[in-house]
Amino acid sequence: MTADVLRVHGLVVHYHTPLGAVKAADNVSFSLKAGERLGFAGESGSGKSTMVLAILRMIKSPGRIEAGEIWLDDRNLLTLSEEEMRQVRLARIAMIPQGSMNSLNPVMRVKQQIADALVDHGTRLPKRQVEERVRGLLQSVGLQPEVASMFPHELSGGMKQRACIAIAISLRPKVIIADEPTSALDVVVQKQVMETLARVQRELDASVILVGHDMGLVAQFVDRVGVMYAGRLVELSPVRDIFTKSLHPYTQMLIASLPSLDQKGAFQGIPGLPPLLRDLPPGCAFHPRCPHAVDRCRMEEPGSREVRPNSWAACHLL
Amino acid sequence: MTTLLEARGVSKIFGGGVFDRSSTVALEDFSMAIDSGRPSITAVVGESGSGKTTLARLLLGLVTPTRGQVLYQGQDLQAMAHGDWRAFRRDVQVIFQDPYEVYNPFYRVDHVLSTPVAKFRLASTRAEARGVIEEALKAVGLRPEETLGRFPHQLSGGQRQRVMVARALLLKPRLILADEPVSMVDASLRATILSSLRTMNVERGISIIYITHDLATAYQISENLVVLYRGSVAEVGDVELVVKRPSHPYTQLLISSIPLASAERSWATESAGAPAGPQAPSNAGCRFADRCPSVMGPCLQAPPPLFQTDRHRAVACYLYQSAPALAGDKMGNAFAGSASRAPGNSAGAPMAP
Repeated sequence: MTADVLRVHGLVVHYHTPLGAVKAADNVSFSLKAGERLGFAGESGSGKSTMVLAILRMIKSPGRIEAGEIWLDDRNLLTLSEEEMRQVRLARIAMIPQGSMNSLNPVMRVKQQIADALVDHGTRLPKRQVEERVRGLLQSVGLQPEVASMFPHELSGGMKQRACIAIAISLRPKVIIADEPTSALDVVVQKQVMETLARVQRELDASVILVGHDMGLVAQFVDRVGVMYAGRLVELSPVRDIFTKSLHPYTQMLIASLPSLDQKGAFQGIPGLPPLLRDLPPGCAFHPRCPHAVDRCRMEEPGSREVRPNSWAACHLL
Repeated sequence: MTTLLEARGVSKIFGGGVFDRSSTVALEDFSMAIDSGRPSITAVVGESGSGKTTLARLLLGLVTPTRGQVLYQGQDLQAMAHGDWRAFRRDVQVIFQDPYEVYNPFYRVDHVLSTPVAKFRLASTRAEARGVIEEALKAVGLRPEETLGRFPHQLSGGQRQRVMVARALLLKPRLILADEPVSMVDASLRATILSSLRTMNVERGISIIYITHDLATAYQISENLVVLYRGSVAEVGDVELVVKRPSHPYTQLLISSIPLASAERSWATESAGAPAGPQAPSNAGCRFADRCPSVMGPCLQAPPPLFQTDRHRAVACYLYQSAPALAGDKMGNAFAGSASRAPGNSAGAPMAP
């Protein structure tokens, strides 16, 4: 039985606004196995980015982690001090945030940005050795040594993203979280960047959490998929099952809405709109748009159950 | 058959003259025509740097061609009188890619909808105008009470994009030029919006030029596909042929890189690729030569013309030089549904050698 590297129990994150509490993440639970690639798929506002920010304790006011436990290395991250958590970030869990390639410091050369991360976490090596480490990191993400002396604006989108991956793996973390790592990239470059991520994961023997709205990307990269809707984890299954025999109606309708390259067909959007997170409907959050909804769905929130071995879903009809 | 909108040998070069090495050729010798009579949906697919946005701007008369002409109902845009421009602007509507730039930040978003309603007299009373606007918003999945009265910065990128689609649908033009109209919109809503565009085409006879990097949606919505690479047409023709049996090495690369949302692992083979570094300068021949697995001698000498390999497909690649070359401005002959007089056999069958 593969060990769990990360375990999240009952995570609740609310954003407190003048109009009410926005329930961005509602009772999310899952575990991440060693060496696994876990994907979280969902549309905007589904809570996926909030969830990963919460894991890194990077939720800013008016957001607050209201409840839950996050276990890494036998420690509940939510009980650590600020300084202890700072040490966990990058060294044990690293994140490649959304739009990170646009957040590279424009006035610093790439090597300095990577070195910064190393030095900040206590690496006390002579300059030459730091430079060697940087070159090694660049090589592992498929960038030529010349890139070290370049500024971000001299790099293409794909190269910038790979530089961000280099920063993320610089301290050899056990968990790498990638939040929409390829959203602004062309499809050919996207594949190269994802292959880079897969390769560094193998070299580090790490686990990856991929957050994205592109179901195709998720399908091709991960081992298991968690589907999020209105802040809740509605399904968690092995990737093959998600695409061949998914359980939750939302998952099924989401997959049906994706344009295929096999054959032309009618466009099948999901009618209606996702609910406002500060005004969730009673019962199941999806019931207003679900073609199979019954009375129970409108009154009682479905809990997540293991419907098949390794497949969890939150739906009364299963 | 008369054309509604036509690009004839259009090139756009930025920064310096034609012979200046520091200049960028955004688009090279591009020709395409949209017929007046028969409503069509044509997709122009390309990645960043392919020239697709430059093409959109040229077709809308927002940018002047360095060479060639853009014609609206046979008239050169550069030589049109004011009255003709007004008709052009009403008949040819655009949905821009970047929803940030198109809004005047000082006006609420209502302005972008109420202005055309007033200008083109789509309603006779204020109440009617409000009704028309609300219908248009609902058609793209927006709640009027959450959208109207807001300033652009108060809406998300996806919401701003949808307001632009609503605006185009409102006007019911003859041609909609949509440049990445749904790139920032969620998958399930994307399908709904594209469905509205298709309905516009089928029910109201509105032609559409759909510019995107997303081959899957391009395949679903269009009949003909133009694949652009670094300013030139790589492959063009019936979407079923180009997507299912791509001929150009670039089209093949593009399609094999698309992550399929299915249980089948299409990304099985790892991309070949040397480590990335500073960009190498481009050569005089085919734009794809430096990345092409099938590169040959002639590829580095001169850019290949379009070779018509099937009744409804042409490829700009020397691998197919045994097929007849298509004259530059006859790219439309390779379109499915085109009324051209090329020696015919049934659609999709290869030309006789």
